[in-house]
Amino acid sequence: MAGHHSNWPEWIYIGIVVALMTWVGAEAWEVERLIEHVPADAEIIKVTGQQWFWTFEHEDGTKEIGELHLEAGKAYKFEVVATDVIHSFNIHDYVVLIDAVPGRVNTVWFAPDEPGVHDIQCREYCGLIHYNMRGTLYVEEPSS
Amino acid sequence: MVLELQKPRPIWQIMFSTHHTDVGLLYLITSLAFLFLGGALALAIRAELFLPGAQIIGDAMTFNRIFTVHGTTLIFLFIIPFASAVGNYFVPIMVRYKDMAYPKLNAIAFWMIPPSGALIWLGFADFTWYATPPYSIISAPGPAADMWIFGLKILGVSSVLGAINFVVTILKCKHPDMSIGQVPLLAWSFLSSSLIILVAIPTFAAALLMLLTDRLGVSGFFNPALGGDPIAYAHLFWFTFHPEVYVLVIPAIGMMYEIIPRFSRRPIYSYGSGVFAFVLLSIVGFSSWAHHMYATGMSFTEKTVFMVGTLAAVPASAMHVFNFIATMWNGRIRFSTPMMWAVGGIALFFSAGAGGVVNSAMPLDFTTHDTYWVVGHFHLFVMGTIAFGSIGYLYYMFPYVTGRMYNETMGKIHFVMSFIGTVLVFFTQHVLGLYGMPRRIFDYPPIPEWIAMNQIASIGAMIIGVSMVVFLVNMIHSSAKGEPANTDDPFGVGGRYYYPFEAKNPSH
Repeated sequence: MAGHHSNWPEWIYIGIVVALMTWVGAEAWEVERLIEHVPADAEIIKVTGQQWFWTFEHEDGTKEIGELHLEAGKAYKFEVVATDVIHSFNIHDYVVLIDAVPGRVNTVWFAPDEPGVHDIQCREYCGLIHYNMRGTLYVEEPSS
Repeated sequence: MVLELQKPRPIWQIMFSTHHTDVGLLYLITSLAFLFLGGALALAIRAELFLPGAQIIGDAMTFNRIFTVHGTTLIFLFIIPFASAVGNYFVPIMVRYKDMAYPKLNAIAFWMIPPSGALIWLGFADFTWYATPPYSIISAPGPAADMWIFGLKILGVSSVLGAINFVVTILKCKHPDMSIGQVPLLAWSFLSSSLIILVAIPTFAAALLMLLTDRLGVSGFFNPALGGDPIAYAHLFWFTFHPEVYVLVIPAIGMMYEIIPRFSRRPIYSYGSGVFAFVLLSIVGFSSWAHHMYATGMSFTEKTVFMVGTLAAVPASAMHVFNFIATMWNGRIRFSTPMMWAVGGIALFFSAGAGGVVNSAMPLDFTTHDTYWVVGHFHLFVMGTIAFGSIGYLYYMFPYVTGRMYNETMGKIHFVMSFIGTVLVFFTQHVLGLYGMPRRIFDYPPIPEWIAMNQIASIGAMIIGVSMVVFLVNMIHSSAKGEPANTDDPFGVGGRYYYPFEAKNPSH
């Protein structure tokens, strides 16, 4: 199709692009596969998103609104639901992100490694106060 | 020659005309009007976000309405009608036919745009250009939301009518001596994007009706309270609008294919690979829609499939970039205004594509999804690639439309300021996204990095705003008082400019 001139530079270039994309895809597949493997001993936290705040329920039944207190060194699995419209549960510092969809239970897990304070926010547009649907995660020293 | 302003005609003669250049002119003026309106909203958004706290926009609802109408306007009322303007002017000439295949249908398709623009602007809906349910069903205030739905519905019909017209004009009305392998790449771009429209739009058209009946309370397709599933809407929406991304970008690439060989004074490096990449992109574009939905709770397998589908589109886009660079290689390049816009557009197209690879890689998407990274990413496409290609082409077609030359210095100032501004706004927004700032927020906490990045982005936006004033002055002044152009070769690059059909067929 290249008329009178040879087209080999383009083929080499496309080969490089395809190889790069294959590498990106394979690496992403490998990392995501590891990330999605939830540890068996992960503690379950029920997260409810509603206009315009977050509610957290621990395994022992304790509830928190807008604040979440967890211990460093433990794994936690969030079961995220919404009661009205779609929200998105996000702890950016730990790359925790999952949509809170009414009618569905979505899960995501993480294991905070050291004590600290992190922002929790909503990352899916949910209306008037979406911009301020924020919370705080307190990662505390292990109690034992 | 069209010479719209050298031979003044009463405006109704243009408005009621079905001739392709008249309809093209109507499309052109309408799309540019909406470019300035939508751009003004962008400046309001950037001014508001310059500092945390409320600045010029009093409340969150107004802000939400502004970014919704900003996005809807610039996608549906600037980019698409602008491409139709170029297609109307040049596709019939390129396939050597007297007009579009169906002139009346062509005029009807155009006249659907002003009413839908009015619906969108008078309603001023707040549910984002994505109209996400169940928010759009149970929470979004009417009648704005319903007016938006009707506006988009009409625009969808207009797009389909326009697409049918382009497909028939190119495939059925091209000159008998001309094989499909001789049709210029600009016309190929319209053929590919029109075929995508015909396959993609009906899905969203159905979703819009379902959204409307859900809002009326007579159905519950997307309403979980009535047993529906909002994620179903996401699939229907993105099945239309991921391919639609290519509908927007392919004509702009086609415009660059006209500009770059002309100003490099070399034939295009590989016509075949250009055609191949257009066709490949319009097929592969349908295999990637759910990469917008990784965070909705999709399974690992689903995410993998759509990641592969997305990465598969990269080589096709990369072929265009290669083709442009190989054409310019060893060319005697003349950096007139259109060439500057085209080359700037290629550089930003490359940057946008590189950022897109990051989004498509599953684990990285959870960092970037719904943050300002995504805003920066797609604006590098819509502004950096599509608007740059389109504006470059507007300068290029200016002598054809008006018979006059624009002011070259002002054109170059417009480019340099817009390029600097675009880099300042949208590269910065990528970084802002990595710092975690969500999209679509009216106000943000006073985190020092966020403030700094937002201020850089807002300053960049003001630079673009000023450059657009230069642009507007140049266009208005030059079309009325510009120097008469040498319409055989207005840019002094040799070769032929466009011969209008009438030149060879004076009886028409």
